[in-house]
Amino acid sequence: MITRISSEKLPELLQQISEQEKLYIPVDKSDKLSVYEEYAPGKVMSLKLNTLRSAKDFFFPQVQPMAKFRMEGKKIEVMDQRTETEDYCIFGVRACDVRSFDVLDRVFLADPVDTYYEDRRKHATVVSFACSEPSETCFCHSFGIDAAKPDGDARMWIANGNVYLEGITEKGEKLLQSLDLAALGAAADDAAVQEVEAEQQRVHEIQKRMPLYSLKPTDNRDKELEIFNAPIWKELSDKCLGCGSCTFVCPTCQCFDIEDFDSGHGVERYRCWDSCMYKDFTMMAAGTPRKTQLERFRQRFMHKLVYYPIRNDGIYSCVGCGRCLRRCPIHMNIVKVMKAMEEDA
Amino acid sequence: MQKEELIPKVGVVTEIRQETPDVKTFRVVGTDGRKLFEHIPGQCAMLSVPGIGEAMISITSSPTVEEYMEFSIKKVGVLTSWLHAMETGQEILVRGPYGNGFPVDTTFKGRDLLFIAGGIGLAPLHSVINYVRAKRENYGHIDIVYGSRSKEDLVDLEEITNEWMQEKDMNVYLTIDREEEGWDGHVGFVPNYVQELNFPTTETAVICGPPVMIHFTLQGLKALGFTDSQVFTTMEMRMKCGIGKCGRCNIGDKYVCKDGPVFSFDELGELPDEY
Repeated sequence: MITRISSEKLPELLQQISEQEKLYIPVDKSDKLSVYEEYAPGKVMSLKLNTLRSAKDFFFPQVQPMAKFRMEGKKIEVMDQRTETEDYCIFGVRACDVRSFDVLDRVFLADPVDTYYEDRRKHATVVSFACSEPSETCFCHSFGIDAAKPDGDARMWIANGNVYLEGITEKGEKLLQSLDLAALGAAADDAAVQEVEAEQQRVHEIQKRMPLYSLKPTDNRDKELEIFNAPIWKELSDKCLGCGSCTFVCPTCQCFDIEDFDSGHGVERYRCWDSCMYKDFTMMAAGTPRKTQLERFRQRFMHKLVYYPIRNDGIYSCVGCGRCLRRCPIHMNIVKVMKAMEEDA
Repeated sequence: MQKEELIPKVGVVTEIRQETPDVKTFRVVGTDGRKLFEHIPGQCAMLSVPGIGEAMISITSSPTVEEYMEFSIKKVGVLTSWLHAMETGQEILVRGPYGNGFPVDTTFKGRDLLFIAGGIGLAPLHSVINYVRAKRENYGHIDIVYGSRSKEDLVDLEEITNEWMQEKDMNVYLTIDREEEGWDGHVGFVPNYVQELNFPTTETAVICGPPVMIHFTLQGLKALGFTDSQVFTTMEMRMKCGIGKCGRCNIGDKYVCKDGPVFSFDELGELPDEY
């Protein structure tokens, strides 16, 4: 069932959700940037294609406290101060970022389960937001993602001056049912379904004109060694500065570090994002197996396009969001790597 | 309640033995005086001290020891220096066990076994050797080759001399790199000694030691006719989580913490040469 309300009622819709549970929406920070923020009355939802940072932050925050320790003489006390997360809603997640949750789930929810991630994940209701104007850096289509019909617990389209809502999972249906949509003048008729179909078609037509439309990843699961040893990596990695920007904006990058911070009143253990692009990432007392940027660069792309698919039924650890294309200071990106793998490997 | 993989338990260090000038063995129990957890030979544990650091360390004791766990640790960095400086009674943090361990109840069962270790590389093999000794009837003949830089660098020398060398159907061959006073045993590098001893290819071999030793020992075994599938090793990589999620210990598509640390050389041969 697809429910239609006037897009003028979007602020009221957000207000209603925020009365049910904590609500996060993308908001504009400048004419080029949007970020997720907790909703407050008066905050306007951004219609930009994608937020600066991905939505992975909700389940896998950049810094996550893990435990506290108190040392006294020879004694150590361990304090797990976690409390269960309250239900919350992430509203307006694009199709690419929604797929990234599946990619991360296969890492963090695989046995043994990462309970920090699981807690944040299970209490979230994800309302996705169909794209109406895919950009030239978008290639979610390459990974079988439909930007015009995103997954999630519920999905939303904004078109023809209307907001269209559709529940997908039980959680999503429950959220929609908890709202007083009638008060927003909601209608759920055949016309709404047809309007959404027309919108999807319109977006698909735009996608066909985009430069990366025909980009397709190659299934290289049986060529792990061949691609690892291929000569492509030198040229691809030559200019890489090892800044790690691509890993930080990437919705599927999941590497982390665990460190202790001594506050003077006990030691706090936390985990934080890390990057395989950094030279001390694999450093041990005896040295590192990835001595140059070539090895580190190769690791990142082998992981996304070969190692991850081997471990995960052929699913790629890239969702085509295009953030790395826009952020890399030397204009290197996964698209160039995918093309090189196809041509030279 | 879900098992909390990333929250450590408190362990008490009840005994510290100086094995060599830079290796100490630490005996650890829980705060209730009992063993912290069960493990398989070859598995590891994350040891840490708040504010100092955390590292993956081989569990040196055999699972058949019911009262405690032991860790033989070489002093190489910040955490291990701290551990070497502490005194008994000190509490530390332990989580685990992690990794696959040796196939002691499958591939190794009923086989003649050849253990080859260099230096602190004996630590991960110590657990499996003592496991095999405790369940002696399940295994065939056992050969052990162990070498170090000098006599004083041989870890567990007392146990090796008093127990291992007395064991039935078990031969121990010791070697040191250079001649020294008070040593009338073999002198020379481990890989050469292994070739000299000309072990039969009916044995299943396990190698652990410095990368260069592993490399040449494997070559030597292959020259004797051993195949990659009958030679095992245990790998070392930097690790943070121990459960295949932090993304740093992989060799190709395999995580050393979860899929390893024990691999046969035919398994390693299918992976990129990045270790």
